[in-house]
Amino acid sequence: MSISGSNSRALPWALVTPALAWTLAFFVLPFIAMGLSSLTAHEGGGLTLANYSQFFTDPSYWRAMVNSLEVTAIVTVISILLAYPFAWILAEQVPERWQRLALMLAVLPFWTSYVVRSYSWLLVLAQNGVINRALTGIGLIAEPLQLANTRFATVTGFVHFFVMLLTLTIFANLKQLSPSYRKAAADLGAGPVRTFLHVVLPLTLPGIMVGAFLTFVLCIGDYITPQILGGNNELVMPQLVMMQIGRRGDFPLASALSIILMAVVTVAYLACARWLKIERA
Amino acid sequence: MRAAVRIAAWLYAVAIYGFIFLPVVVLVLFSLQATSFPIPPFTGPSLRWYQAVLSDTRLTSALVNSLLVAVLSSLTSVTLGFLSAWGFARFVLPGSAILRGLITLPLTVSYLIIGMGLLVLFNWAGVPKSLLAAGIGHVVINLPLCFAIIYSQMGDHQINIERAARDLGAAEWKVLLMITVPVMAPAIFAGFFLSMTFSWDEFVISFLLTRFETTLPVEIWNLLRSGLNPKTNAVGSLVFAVSIVLVVFFELTLLRRKPA
Repeated sequence: MSISGSNSRALPWALVTPALAWTLAFFVLPFIAMGLSSLTAHEGGGLTLANYSQFFTDPSYWRAMVNSLEVTAIVTVISILLAYPFAWILAEQVPERWQRLALMLAVLPFWTSYVVRSYSWLLVLAQNGVINRALTGIGLIAEPLQLANTRFATVTGFVHFFVMLLTLTIFANLKQLSPSYRKAAADLGAGPVRTFLHVVLPLTLPGIMVGAFLTFVLCIGDYITPQILGGNNELVMPQLVMMQIGRRGDFPLASALSIILMAVVTVAYLACARWLKIERA
Repeated sequence: MRAAVRIAAWLYAVAIYGFIFLPVVVLVLFSLQATSFPIPPFTGPSLRWYQAVLSDTRLTSALVNSLLVAVLSSLTSVTLGFLSAWGFARFVLPGSAILRGLITLPLTVSYLIIGMGLLVLFNWAGVPKSLLAAGIGHVVINLPLCFAIIYSQMGDHQINIERAARDLGAAEWKVLLMITVPVMAPAIFAGFFLSMTFSWDEFVISFLLTRFETTLPVEIWNLLRSGLNPKTNAVGSLVFAVSIVLVVFFELTLLRRKPA
């Protein structure tokens, strides 16, 4: 008692301090460094807002943000529209004992390397890739279509990833739904369509919103898929950030762009906060 | 009407599975292609590109680096995550909710921004780019994950076992090592293997923070510059195989947690 009594105040701090120190040193401190860096000029010191004003005045930078938001919005909507019926089929049409296997199969390609997965889409979409060979082979088109290095390719690669993710979140949400809601709606005379629109869909909205938020955050912050599949025709924000580092070594500008990107994600979080909180409770 | 819905559902499911598996099947199929271009038509199986990968020292040393970084960073993440989860679950600390929030905060920030921040900090501090720097970044992204998994599994029945051990005279470190760690083993393993898969596949932080020695995703990225290449297919298929092994481990540890 006496020994553990003197220990009991120091011990809990000894347990939590390493993790806290790591987070402070390698997450909070870098973030502060990035914030300070974003306020300095690339050459020569001195505090300046030039990096931020460059973003707001240079149309090509502005364009990257618009591209990012457009691609992310398209990807989020298509992924939800594709994943919802699929999750519903897995939850409602597949017999209970096969559901786990069916879901595992549906997310199996999740576990390929992310870089490799984007590259695999290149094999499918390239000039002499699987789709063009198949289409020219059956005589549907004479000349191969330009599929790779387009926004279409970027969106396809992203949708492939997020259909898997959204299927998981929506499936979990559908499974949590008690069947008695649907029975009650049917007893009250609602047909399957009305039951779905007025009962099932609103009750699964939190799951959709959580999935949509995840899609938004991961999609808008991703560099790999747009770089491999979209090429350099239509830059998105992460490509712009990497370009400042890679080609120009301009850390201050890259920092400012990262902080702007983070601010956009924070705004999205606040917009979704209502649904995200429901899910956590 | 019912039958029509069923058929439509089946067709839809088959189409989505087709979409999900298309790139993976193409990847593996053309990794077995004998010719120098991974494009149709398929010209018969050969393992020559796997041989080419395994005799490429850049790729094999990157693979060893990847495994090294994944194992060490996951061990660090799971150790720090476990200790802090135990501390927060068993003791009342002032400002506990805020501190827990701080530990899980990196989960909400994109890897690119975490990598950027570390790059700027290390650049200022004069820390050179290295596997160690990338490993530090991997702990930043995986520590919150390990903490969240282990913290969520710290239940009340474990408190009683720990209390019993203390009543029987066990010192704190003995309680921790001989009671809590074995009882929490499934959650600890789950955190470890999940960290392994994330670290193993992580690209952008390693890309920003390494220079001469790099991890496998970065080497694969470098291979991509040469365009479509069957060697990339082979190395990609190998990465897939390793990930599947990790996932099976992860599934087994998760399944073991369920008593039924």
